[in-house]
Amino acid sequence: MRKLTFPMGGVHPDDTKYARDCAIEVLPLPPVVYVSVSQHLGAPAVPCVAVGDKVKAGQVVAEPGGFISAYVHSPVSGTVKSIGPRKDIAGRPVTHIEIVVEGDEWAEGIDLSPELVPEIPTDRAAVLEKIKAAGVVGLGGATFPTHVKLNPPPESKAECLIIDGAECEPYLTSDYRIMVERPDEIVVGAAIMQMVLGGCRAVLAVEDNKPEAIEALRASVARLGYANMEVAPLKCKYPQGSEKQLIDAVLGRQTKPGALPISVGAVVQNAGTALAVYEAVQKNKPLVTNVLTVTGDCLSGEKMHNYLFRAGMTLSYIAEYAGGVPADAAKIVSGGPMMGKPIANLDAATVKGSPAILYLSEEATRRGKEGPCIRCGRCADACPMGLEPFLLNRLAKAGDIEALKENEVLNCIECGCCLYSCPAYIPLLDRIRTAKVLAKKR
Amino acid sequence: MTETILWTVAILAGLGLVLSVILFLIAKRFRVEEDPRIDKVEAVMPGANCGGCGFAGCRAFASAAVAAPNLDGIFCPVGGNDVMKQVADILGYEVQEQAPMVAVVRCNGSCANRPKTNEYDGVKSCQAKAALYAGDTGCAFGCLGCGDCVAACQFGALRMDPETGLPVVDETKCTACGACVRTCPKGIIELRKKGPRGMRVYVRCVNKDKGAVARKACAAACIGCGKCAKVCASDAITIENNLSYIDFEKCRLCKKCVAECPTGAILAVNFPVVKPKPSPVEVNKEESHA
Amino acid sequence: MDKFLVSHPPHIHASRTTASLMRDVIIALLPATAVAVVFYGWSMLLVLAVSIVSCVLLEWAICKWLMKRPFDCPEAAGVTGLLLALNLPYTTPWWVVLIGAVFAIGVAKMTFGGLGQNVFNPAIAARVFLLISFPAYMTHWEIPQGLFGADAVTGSTVLSLVSENGTAAIDSLAEMGWHPLFAYVGGSAGEISILALLAGFAYLLLRRVVKIWIPLAIFVTVAAISGIFHAIDPVTYTGPVFNLLSGGLVLGACFMATDYVTSPMSVPGGLIFGFGIGLLVMLIRYFGAYPEGTSFAILFMNMTVPLLDRWFHQPKFGRD
Repeated sequence: MRKLTFPMGGVHPDDTKYARDCAIEVLPLPPVVYVSVSQHLGAPAVPCVAVGDKVKAGQVVAEPGGFISAYVHSPVSGTVKSIGPRKDIAGRPVTHIEIVVEGDEWAEGIDLSPELVPEIPTDRAAVLEKIKAAGVVGLGGATFPTHVKLNPPPESKAECLIIDGAECEPYLTSDYRIMVERPDEIVVGAAIMQMVLGGCRAVLAVEDNKPEAIEALRASVARLGYANMEVAPLKCKYPQGSEKQLIDAVLGRQTKPGALPISVGAVVQNAGTALAVYEAVQKNKPLVTNVLTVTGDCLSGEKMHNYLFRAGMTLSYIAEYAGGVPADAAKIVSGGPMMGKPIANLDAATVKGSPAILYLSEEATRRGKEGPCIRCGRCADACPMGLEPFLLNRLAKAGDIEALKENEVLNCIECGCCLYSCPAYIPLLDRIRTAKVLAKKR
Repeated sequence: MTETILWTVAILAGLGLVLSVILFLIAKRFRVEEDPRIDKVEAVMPGANCGGCGFAGCRAFASAAVAAPNLDGIFCPVGGNDVMKQVADILGYEVQEQAPMVAVVRCNGSCANRPKTNEYDGVKSCQAKAALYAGDTGCAFGCLGCGDCVAACQFGALRMDPETGLPVVDETKCTACGACVRTCPKGIIELRKKGPRGMRVYVRCVNKDKGAVARKACAAACIGCGKCAKVCASDAITIENNLSYIDFEKCRLCKKCVAECPTGAILAVNFPVVKPKPSPVEVNKEESHA
Repeated sequence: MDKFLVSHPPHIHASRTTASLMRDVIIALLPATAVAVVFYGWSMLLVLAVSIVSCVLLEWAICKWLMKRPFDCPEAAGVTGLLLALNLPYTTPWWVVLIGAVFAIGVAKMTFGGLGQNVFNPAIAARVFLLISFPAYMTHWEIPQGLFGADAVTGSTVLSLVSENGTAAIDSLAEMGWHPLFAYVGGSAGEISILALLAGFAYLLLRRVVKIWIPLAIFVTVAAISGIFHAIDPVTYTGPVFNLLSGGLVLGACFMATDYVTSPMSVPGGLIFGFGIGLLVMLIRYFGAYPEGTSFAILFMNMTVPLLDRWFHQPKFGRD
């Protein structure tokens, strides 16, 4: 069978998925959790509990603060100790709800049993409401509220639901583990979203460096027998997991700049999101747990883990439990090495979409000295959006916002391919990201 | 040989004549009529084209001044009252005098006061750093130290102090054009009234964290304790979001707040050094104090 | 580490650096250099040594004392020195080589701002400068004593023979034992073995250092033009095979026209750039005063690069 991939740009970093064979372990509960009200893209949620309130796991503690926003639930049972600013991983103050853990009692109606519920409900509005009430957000990186994405404007028609199991970032293995360990739930979740979108085609796209995941999903699709659903192996290339690139790879359609995926009839949801949708709709379980990889190039094999964590545990708690920060770690990243956020504050709390704790050694991560551009064009060759990072870099240095916009700086998906491949270590993406911030302001 | 030279001269001279006629005709045909006062106004402008007035350069300022019915809201901060008087004379308008302003850096998070908590390894730009995270210290509000303001200043009035890692304003060169204020992503630079003989009092901190958090991040942080507001006789000090702010329009430069501040976050500049009263024994030493 | 690093993503980097790319170019030139040294012996080594050492030292000195900035990439200066040496006859006196190096680095590269800023390929600019200033040294050569053991004889390059005597000269050269695909003696040192040059270029392609489009466009254009002319008048005009394999075309197309700094970045730009070079080469060879025109052609097309970069961009996602 012909393997699919996106045609334009892209790079091939070393796979380095060291934690591939580490089965998902459940983290024990910490004495206290900090629940951020900003765990999703869009307006922060508004706390709806008061200090001293008793809460149960799965109970709503903050309500959406706008149309694009999401419910936030308590990941544990206990008492609300404080509500106030606490620093997130970037060191910026964000409102957190501090909950002291007492026991592990879940809110009523939440089904924690492992039995699979394969029957797909048919009431579209009720399912959407359930997904919204469970606070499900996209777990592929952007944490966009899922109920908004699954409810495209009536004039547009979804032709294909793509479940993103590409996990193209090096090191990360959390999606891989859930695809291998819980393929049935992912497939049911996909079928639910298929129903919500009006019975369109569904493609589970997985990169071919994960043959076990492809096999597991295929077996599961065959076993459960939902109509119009297939597993598509993709040729390994970064950034395949990017929405635009994935649609191009699977459907051969390119979204226009500024347009949403639905404009070419596609809806992309991450494999982890499919699992969260399954749990929300079939089990009534809100999104308070997720799988996170602890890995890195300076970590010995037995210290690598894939953990089922509760959103609100601090990163430092997880790091300690996993055996502490390795001595030669120079940078800690929340996420993959290509797009992950650097962690400036390890005491920060995890959020719904926390993908990984990645320890990188100085050798692997410290940037080389910036040299002059020799016009080799590698950045332009690597750019999956067909942009010219060398040109954008030059314009950004000159502060020419108009020319930056003309050269489609806002179309940059910040995948990092340009800086990754620049032989002169020119901080292309630093400048382009900054220019994007300025260009959006104007 | 002679013939060649003559031909060459003739052809070149003819060419020059024809081209100059064309140039003359084009200049005549595409001549743009402009109010001559624009040139006059532009001539008295400082010519820095800094944009501090809000217009795109001195010529745009001159055009706007000529087109406007009066000089309300049209002020060249660089040229100040002197230049504005000349502009007003040319246009026959009334001038609105403005108090001279100066840029002040409202952060004292020097390397010593505010220890680094991580190492920034990216492009040396405050804008880029601010787009990424809160900064390489425990303070999420203060100076990022990459010197965007220094680069933005066209008058060479700003420099980074290598010892503190903070920008320093040279008030003799500062024109209050506001370029640094617009550039600083943290908004720590403010244009304040220069004050009589340059004397002014301001809070050198923008940290809105709670006192304990702010103090932990920076030894010179304003902790929002409110002692300054209590001693202020002119009601110039407000405390909002755990941060004190002195209104320079109301401040009477009594300096009581400076003495009261427990973290030394309030700074008074250009006040005459108070000489300790010479005791009779030390009269002879007075000269060395001066 | 007591303090962790923080930076914008990506947090890892490909192994390629500017220096490693330049090293790859040097490696790719080694076969041709080796053949030249074997054929020409000690005098070739002298040319190489003077050229490379003076280029690197001069750039270092200019960076240190004139521009007061770090010497970014000695490898790049080394590539210039190596290319310059390969663009000169092995008989060039050391002081002419030195002047060439001064021109290449001092004028063609550093006055424009150094690495990445120069408009013209420094080695080509220096070669053309020397060709105009010292035509005697640049066009005369001696059959080396090296491996053939023949007596030293002055002669001229195959292209100048053709230029003077028409296509009939090719036969007499063939009698002399000249075989274009392996090696032919005379002209610039680097032109000696087409096979060695192509092997080096294949290495560059395999390592993905350069793309094939520019040389391909040059070769196709040269073959097409000479094919047409040769078909019309085989006596006056030389044929495609001869034109592709003789002179500095292969060296120029594979190693000089593909120089990152002085070639267009987009594929269509590169194709036009290559076409322009091929066209100019053939115009100069057929109708020009100089027997060989690769250097002039590349130098001329170097000037068009900023325009080609402005006009041609790569296709953007979702815009076709």
